[in-house]
Amino acid sequence: MATATGVYHTTYGKDLALRHTRAEYVRLALLAGLAIWLPFNLSPYWLGWTNLILMATIAAVGLNILTGYTGLVSLATAGFLGVGAYTAANLRTFFHWPMIPAVLVASGMAALIGAFFGLPALRLKGLYLAISTFAAQEILSERFRSWKRLTRGHGTITNNPPKFAGHSFTSKFEWYWLLLVITGLVVWGSINLFRTGLGRSFVAIRDQDIAAEVMGVPVGRYKVIAFSLACGLAGFSGALQSFYPDTLTVTWESYEIDRSFLFVAMIIIGGLGSVSGAVYGAAFLTWLPNYINQFGARLQTSSFKFLIQRLSAIQLGVFGLVLVLFLLVEPRGLARLWQRAKDYFRLWPFRY
Amino acid sequence: MKEFTELTVNGLANGAILAITALGFVLIYKATEVINFAQGQFLIVGMFMVYTAENTWGLPWPLAVAVGILTGVVLGVAVERLILRRMIGEATLSVIMVTIGLATALAGLALGVWGAEGKQGPNFIPSGNVKLFGSGEDAVFVSANRLWAVAIATVVLIAVGLFFQKSRHGIAMRAVADDQQAAMVQGINVNRIFAMAWALAGAAGAIGGVLLASIVGSYGIELQGFAILVFPVVILGGLDSVIGTVVGGVIVGLLVEYSKRYLGVSASVLIPFGALVLILLVKPYGLFGQVRIERV
Repeated sequence: MATATGVYHTTYGKDLALRHTRAEYVRLALLAGLAIWLPFNLSPYWLGWTNLILMATIAAVGLNILTGYTGLVSLATAGFLGVGAYTAANLRTFFHWPMIPAVLVASGMAALIGAFFGLPALRLKGLYLAISTFAAQEILSERFRSWKRLTRGHGTITNNPPKFAGHSFTSKFEWYWLLLVITGLVVWGSINLFRTGLGRSFVAIRDQDIAAEVMGVPVGRYKVIAFSLACGLAGFSGALQSFYPDTLTVTWESYEIDRSFLFVAMIIIGGLGSVSGAVYGAAFLTWLPNYINQFGARLQTSSFKFLIQRLSAIQLGVFGLVLVLFLLVEPRGLARLWQRAKDYFRLWPFRY
Repeated sequence: MKEFTELTVNGLANGAILAITALGFVLIYKATEVINFAQGQFLIVGMFMVYTAENTWGLPWPLAVAVGILTGVVLGVAVERLILRRMIGEATLSVIMVTIGLATALAGLALGVWGAEGKQGPNFIPSGNVKLFGSGEDAVFVSANRLWAVAIATVVLIAVGLFFQKSRHGIAMRAVADDQQAAMVQGINVNRIFAMAWALAGAAGAIGGVLLASIVGSYGIELQGFAILVFPVVILGGLDSVIGTVVGGVIVGLLVEYSKRYLGVSASVLIPFGALVLILLVKPYGLFGQVRIERV
């Protein structure tokens, strides 16, 4: 059960394979076993967090396709989560659509609006694009805040939980399985995306856009496709969140710019250009604020009580520091740390 | 007419403060090609230090303002030395995210130290109303602190303009912005210029913050949101143009005030940011920026 000692592929098929050694299959089996074991052994509280992580993963993977693989920056993920959530909740509560078409239409809506805001990407790169998506985020959050018709004057929408065959789908346990399947499909799909022509074109655009154009990749069109793919996945995640029992109420506060920053931080801390990195990052940053809250609750009885009033400040500060430290110390994130740990054991007792 | 004059003066005051804030932003971009998302936090940290110096340490206001500016300078230099110097050569996204992380950390720091409520701070700009023109029923009054804000901002901007034209350091900064290698060959210490750009941006942030707090009437953390409008300003004026910050600042300041009054609060957000997206589509280098954008 050794790890690979070198590259001994003799066919292209083998070269393209995602898993090369038996150890990697064992790891996959262990992961699947863990996924099945978890819901039976977690308290409902932790199961709820697991579900939130699974939903965040969908948007983070989408953003990583855009940022990590295509090299385009988006600071508007929260805005597109909101587009998905508002569209789905509107269709469900005011037009009484069933869940599945509502979620699909909501994702399509987010993808469409995303393509529109991606249009500056046709001509610009880097900094200017970041500013353009920043503006998109500001415009979208303003609309969520003050467009009365969006919520029919209530300010918020409370979605109805989905029903299948007369059974209301509201327990965290049931949702876990649903989300596990969906997130699994998204992760599987995006890992495989980079074995197709489309995915390879994305990587080519990231590495050298002019060279990609010369090789016959329609750069402009593919950039917009990457944009709408990422925004569509964000919308998908948002739509699912609006059906999830803990986050049924759609309010504008959840879709502000800081949440967009959170998603970018997820893929940076997890590892840019790595699908598994997006998963690690989503897990870490969904859990971190929760951990700080719990830490605060423990302080209640200690002599550090004065810190409790400053908990939100501490959350902000820790988040910012973690982000800066990761960028300075390990810019390729948690995925790279894992890789380095593996290399250490593979090469032991030598350093390289 | 009366209302229009009032709006114009308010807009000019906001525009002048925006121009100062955007100036810090443009200085950093010109010298180091970094987009600084933490400019709003520079604003509030400098502003809160003025508050602390006056209220807690009991300094007279000129000294308090000096403390605020000094804090801005120290903060700017520290950020450059400790963080951004180590990010030279990294991808655009990483540099942007480092400033966003910094912005969040500074916001957390400010929230932790000074709390969430707005405070009554030093108000050294005379308040009250000034009669602009007209008499009796038709007299048009505007608040004096806005006029003062415009005047102070104008002085600061002229000083910066002179600094760039006359001072050795200003000319060296322009040289670095133009061509780093050529500047190095002339014997200019590029690292020191980078630090100077950040120091000036910190100082500009502190001045903008104090002016903003005195026309708003309270020293509060929510004022960091004002700096978001810096983006439409710099895109309109051109990311690397000092004169562009003044023109852009005044246009955006006026546009926001007029649209807030005549078209509603929503429009005052949608118009600047919608314009931003349109300008990026049509004329991405802005009104005064250098036309050297790499297109694909």
